[in-house]
Amino acid sequence: MRPFSFQRATDPGMAVQALSAAAAANNPLTQATVQPLAGGTTLIDLMKLDVMRPTAIVDINPLAESWSAIEPGSENLRLGALARMSDVAAHDEIQRNYPVIANSLKLAASAQLRNMATLGGNVMQRTRCSYFRDVSYENCNKRNPGAGCAAMDGVNRMHAVLGTSDQCIATYPGDFAQALVALDATVEVTGRSGTRSMPFAELHEAPGNTPEIETMLQPGELISAFLISGRWPRSVYLKARDRQSYEFALSSAAVALDVQDGTIRDARVALGGVATMPWRAREAEALLRGQKFDDGLAQRVADAAFADARGRQHNSFKIALGKRVVARALQQAVTMEI
Amino acid sequence: MPDTSSSRPSGFDRRAFMAGAAGGALVPLAARAAQDARAPMAQDPALPVDVTLRVNGQDKHLSLDPRTTVLDALREHLKLTGSKKGCDHGQCGACTVLIGDRRVVSCLTIALAAEGQEITTIEGLATDDRLHPMQQAFVDNDAFQCGYCTPGQIMSAIACVKEGHAGTDADIREYMSGNICRCAAYPNIVAAVKQAAPEIMKG
Repeated sequence: MRPFSFQRATDPGMAVQALSAAAAANNPLTQATVQPLAGGTTLIDLMKLDVMRPTAIVDINPLAESWSAIEPGSENLRLGALARMSDVAAHDEIQRNYPVIANSLKLAASAQLRNMATLGGNVMQRTRCSYFRDVSYENCNKRNPGAGCAAMDGVNRMHAVLGTSDQCIATYPGDFAQALVALDATVEVTGRSGTRSMPFAELHEAPGNTPEIETMLQPGELISAFLISGRWPRSVYLKARDRQSYEFALSSAAVALDVQDGTIRDARVALGGVATMPWRAREAEALLRGQKFDDGLAQRVADAAFADARGRQHNSFKIALGKRVVARALQQAVTMEI
Repeated sequence: MPDTSSSRPSGFDRRAFMAGAAGGALVPLAARAAQDARAPMAQDPALPVDVTLRVNGQDKHLSLDPRTTVLDALREHLKLTGSKKGCDHGQCGACTVLIGDRRVVSCLTIALAAEGQEITTIEGLATDDRLHPMQQAFVDNDAFQCGYCTPGQIMSAIACVKEGHAGTDADIREYMSGNICRCAAYPNIVAAVKQAAPEIMKG
């Protein structure tokens, strides 16, 4: 690991001031020379791998006193960005009214990592693309813009089939973000000029021609909270993976439904493990609204969700798998007891 | 190798630092000025930083490179080699310790960020000649072969029970999945967790 200086921020103003020092360098956030330290489960890992090379880290854990609250209200839910994954997953009201959130967190990582990792850091986690993580590969457009992509014709079984470009096919690895994008969450960002809010769906960017830019966040900005309107007791997070626990998704689906008298009033479908960013399947979910559920409808929704999918040598199986995951998640959401 | 029981060097006082930091300006943690009065304060990341870690109920004064993880602080500086370094990337669980009442992977925890928190390692479990119930259960159930993952398994298992995740075999397997055992002693580990759980919950 390269040497870094360690600073501790005890209030948000200090944190954004320290992080803003990197803004002048005009690097994308992923390559900023000053990085915030929350749970550290991505940052320290990638620093050991020499993928991330900050010269200073700012410990923002002291902000947890004001930024880690879990606040379910009657109309909405507010989750502080420094809440730990395990605490949110274990929260009674989250389990009851937002099972898609609780399960997306519970099915991620390990108990130890969930105790450490924060919600804000979770949505900012970096891809698990093995070529991105191994700096002996020069040709990674995410690490070395313009250097090419070793995954494109390499071992790409774990890579994305949706939202890809000819520059990058790295999968967005998280689970929680799919729940957020499905539920139309809002993300609150704190920076030098105070806080601003935007739809969570606008936080991440597809790789396009700039795979090194992953989110709209700028150096000097921190996620401070997530907000979700309404309650979604009829919601599911289904995750298919190579082993039963402690593994990233090959394919996952976040599904939330509002069903009244057998008719689907509202439907949300988001996909994980198959796309370069948290992926909302809007055209697919639209097929559900106003309909009564049956297996044929589930199949049409699943087909629509992957209509634009493009597989490569080793990952085409994700298209067939992903459709089955969507269909099964819909089935589970329709039949669950609430 | 740094002196593990070094007296506090002059030039840095944590209380004064915190008071100053609370005033609004961001003050980097002061680095030890290495006997050179002209040495720059802090910003030089090559200089060690003074930190007090509370390990198994005792305060340990250390002077650490900011890169030092809790795992390396324990093993290399405090000679507490019970916590094991397996992958060093948070994937195997061999380095699991408790910080407060939470199990964490110490290999991804920067030591400076753990200041002021209670760290419990495998060395802190037994009392006098009596093993902790979870240690005894691992012995009774033959819950290891080579033993390398065992300290992490035991620390994780204690937290698993206290979290309320040891009610069924399936729960134990799910909530112990962050601890990999290359010898595959898993059935015996599940048995050990089940044996120890009632006694641990009794307090």
